[in-house]
Amino acid sequence: MSFFPGEFADFRPSEGLSGLFGAVEKASFARAVDGRQRSKQPVVTGTSVLGLRYRDGVILAADTLGSYGSLARYRTLSRMLKIGDETIVGASGDYADFQYLKDIIDRKVLHDNLVNDGHTFHPTAVFSWLTRVLYNRRTKLDPLWNVYVVGGVRDGKSFLGYVDQVGVGYEAASVATGYGAYIAQPLLRDAFEKKPDMSEEEARQAIDKCMRVLFYRDARSLNRFEIGIITNEGRAVIEEPKSTETSWEIGHMVKGYD
Amino acid sequence: AASKLLVYQKKLYHIDDHVGISIAALAFDGRLLSKFMRVECLNAKFAYATQLPISRLVASVGSKLHGPTMVYGGRPYGVGLLVAGYDETGPYIYQTCPSANFYDCKAMAIGSRSQSGRTYLERSLEQFPDSTLEELIVHGLKALNDTLPSETELSTKNCSIGIVGKDHPFKILEDDDVAPYLDSMNRDIADQAAGHEEEEAMVAQEGARSEERF
Repeated sequence: MSFFPGEFADFRPSEGLSGLFGAVEKASFARAVDGRQRSKQPVVTGTSVLGLRYRDGVILAADTLGSYGSLARYRTLSRMLKIGDETIVGASGDYADFQYLKDIIDRKVLHDNLVNDGHTFHPTAVFSWLTRVLYNRRTKLDPLWNVYVVGGVRDGKSFLGYVDQVGVGYEAASVATGYGAYIAQPLLRDAFEKKPDMSEEEARQAIDKCMRVLFYRDARSLNRFEIGIITNEGRAVIEEPKSTETSWEIGHMVKGYD
Repeated sequence: AASKLLVYQKKLYHIDDHVGISIAALAFDGRLLSKFMRVECLNAKFAYATQLPISRLVASVGSKLHGPTMVYGGRPYGVGLLVAGYDETGPYIYQTCPSANFYDCKAMAIGSRSQSGRTYLERSLEQFPDSTLEELIVHGLKALNDTLPSETELSTKNCSIGIVGKDHPFKILEDDDVAPYLDSMNRDIADQAAGHEEEEAMVAQEGARSEERF
């Protein structure tokens, strides 16, 4: 039995099946070591998730695209999850890993509802739990290939956190994953610094602007996104998908455009 | 009776900031359970950055207690717990039994000779919701006092108090810290006794007067 990582143990495909299994060997998404598999790369991915705290709550945004590499394959995916009435989690990265955690979280929420003892899975608990799970998986060298944004409100206090596949977790007034970290975060920070107690309308405008710029610049984005909003009264809503207005007038400056 | 050479055994355990327990009967079984409860609370803190709700903590203790009752050749945990805790949904007192049953209580006394304690608590139950912390402690000490055999008295040497509540992490008061509350209790008992004497004197007078009338 081979103990070198990356080598299949004792597996020799017969000639007739080499085409089929050859494909597995060449384009394998996992390495088998001792029969167990570990993630090497994400498959269907989501791009940026944005989060912003405003005066009366927290607002999150994520587009509804699942990219299969460079193919814009699934264009109506929801990358947001509502947890009870107090929390919304947005996920970027591998969509299957998000679905896996979504399942587990949904079961936790169901369990809380069944026990019905007045205790809920609240935002800071979700954030802490996600950090622990993701850190644990990375330590086993089998990460859940996601970056999460956790937004919520509890007892009138808003919460916004970021957790990534390495298990790094932190809270901030504005967070963004993926390309959002480079393109949207400066815009969000600017908006927050100028007016930390901005209204819901102003927060929506800031988010909209960021989503527009991201659609212009992120080649794996889509102009169809969901907004998740949690107000200080403690009501979480994931709204129907929407789009931003875009202008491609710049095209006229490009020779050969018209 | 226990030997005079022994230091009085402490029966209160600090489990977490928001919960503590006291035990009756097999002390080591109680110790094992307290270690289990501490681990449960720590796990919740580590995973969820939150205080483990009391009802859930007690339910997991119940599940642990239940195992040995279904195993051939084993024995149940020979200890009863009184769990005192405070979480987001308020203050709680839970009683657990070797049978693995647990009970949410407004007030409770456990252990040998505890019936007089329960009787006292039942009689004073209405006063508790409006009592101050100090008044509640004195009620507790009085209930405890009623359970003692006639030769024994509550003193700083044989009495501990555990307190937990909103903005009040679980704290154990022992030795001299108990003294002020024992003094309050003794004063109360003295006042009541004086009150009773007056009443009895009045009743005797009434009786005497009514006899005179006849």
